[in-house]
Amino acid sequence: MHERGKVLVYILLITGAIWMLLPFFWMVSTSLKTQDEALKFPPDILPKKMLISNYLEAFRQVDFSRYFLNTIIMTIGTTLLVFLTSSLAAYAFARLSFPGRDLIFMVFLAMMMVPMPVYLVPSYVILSKLRWIDTFFALIVPWSANVFSIFLLKQHFQTIPQELFDAARIDGLNDLQILTRVVLPLSKAVLITVGIFQVVTNWNSFLWPLIVTHSNSMRTIQTGLSYFAQAESTNFPLLCAASTFTTMPLIVLYLLAQRQIMESYSRSGLKE
Amino acid sequence: MRRKSNLTGYLFILPALLVIAVFRFLPIVQAIRMSFYRWGIAGPLQYIGLKNFSRLFIDPKFYQSLGNTFWYVILVVPITLVLSILFAQLLNKSIKGRSIYRTIYYLPAVTSIVAISVVWKWIFDADRGILNAIFNFIGIEGLKWFNDPRGLFELLLSPAGLALKGFFAGPSLALCALIIMSIWHNVGYCIIIVLAGLQNIPEQYYEAARIDGAGSNKIFWSITIPLLSPTIFFLFITQSIIAFNTFTPVYVMTQPPGGPLGSTSLLIFYLYEQSFRLWNLGYANAIAFVVFMIVFGLAQIQKKFFEKRVHYA
Repeated sequence: MHERGKVLVYILLITGAIWMLLPFFWMVSTSLKTQDEALKFPPDILPKKMLISNYLEAFRQVDFSRYFLNTIIMTIGTTLLVFLTSSLAAYAFARLSFPGRDLIFMVFLAMMMVPMPVYLVPSYVILSKLRWIDTFFALIVPWSANVFSIFLLKQHFQTIPQELFDAARIDGLNDLQILTRVVLPLSKAVLITVGIFQVVTNWNSFLWPLIVTHSNSMRTIQTGLSYFAQAESTNFPLLCAASTFTTMPLIVLYLLAQRQIMESYSRSGLKE
Repeated sequence: MRRKSNLTGYLFILPALLVIAVFRFLPIVQAIRMSFYRWGIAGPLQYIGLKNFSRLFIDPKFYQSLGNTFWYVILVVPITLVLSILFAQLLNKSIKGRSIYRTIYYLPAVTSIVAISVVWKWIFDADRGILNAIFNFIGIEGLKWFNDPRGLFELLLSPAGLALKGFFAGPSLALCALIIMSIWHNVGYCIIIVLAGLQNIPEQYYEAARIDGAGSNKIFWSITIPLLSPTIFFLFITQSIIAFNTFTPVYVMTQPPGGPLGSTSLLIFYLYEQSFRLWNLGYANAIAFVVFMIVFGLAQIQKKFFEKRVHYA
């Protein structure tokens, strides 16, 4: 009875794993087929010859290298600014006292609860008044402060023992020096969480870049892929090749830093 | 000294405060204001009171999107949660290769929705898709998936002579395809969270129950589920909010977007269409306001409903 139960557990787990992997397998397999092969019905599980020509063709047809570059600029820009704004603000909320501190923090938290679609339209209006539509400013600046990162860092800063701060003060350090020389070196794990969260969110963000950029040269990897999917709506080998190389960087990152990513996301409880 | 420390505090929060004031607070206030105006991309603004809101009540497309969103959320969230509890339970047993399964299950959570939408669109393809090939292989006739606007209940119950229409026809087959994709995408993340919750339950509880002669069914319902309820509650709220905000798969997978016959148009997609295709910015903000109220209200109801039953460890 016990043995039979165990077999059932494995059958279920393996079925689940196949169901999770099948779309990835099918994406890669299709990306290596010719279009004629892909249109065969019922389909062959594997391509007869592994073709990489779809990958080259996708890069040739639309400017994916530009989209990659744009996404990297957006990701690095947002992440660095979030590190800067969040650690400063978190330090102030956790360690400094000034009138209105708790009220401001409460308002920040309330802002975090409002889903993006609610402020999407007015954000567009504000960005067009600033003449930032279709620029990197529109992609980066509105996301350069992140309440959730402030919250995470503040929680962590509060756990650092008071004695360290007292000692640093006696040594004559000011608040900025305490933050950069004492607090941040002790916060690596949380900073990694914030960084991972920023990288994954930026790499996968879609609705925002779709709305605040128009021109081909400003497309990010996701809006570029979606544009390509509309232009080549039936050429699935090409589309699967593009899907493969746009997801690959994050999948590789995930396989390398699995533990940190899972922990970050369990801690954050936020996705997308 | 005191004043100097105040100044440092304000200086430290200034960068974050500026960004959040201009790009969160201001747009949210503006969103409320805009919903009282006829606000196009060009032409004069015109104050129209509550007309944007009253228009919602007579807009059949709004009702349709609301109904679609209802079916979408009510199917995606519970199915995702039940599956994740099942799989987390399996992974919590002493099995070989647990970390490999975890890695695999979590994989969809780090892949972009645009890319997986492209792939699932291909999987669901009515003529060449692998899913219909599998259906044919096991002797079932292939379905039209994204080309089929007919409701699920309508299809299931029409042989019994019941002709269901509109909302009661249920989610269209196209929307069902979207639902399947979303469950696939969300379940891995939920499994990891539930698994963490399971591992927080002290082993003594299980031992004590076993000594008292409780069977595994009894243990599951009287120990696991009550002690897991804070985790389930948390996932229920966050997953519902995510589901209400779904946009990308509708935009990428359906053809024309939101179709066939508007049967996959979810609220946020409709908001997008009204604002960035038709440029009815004021009306779009009325829709945004409804979305906000639903999400907010849902969080409140769930809180009230669960507070009594949720066991806070």
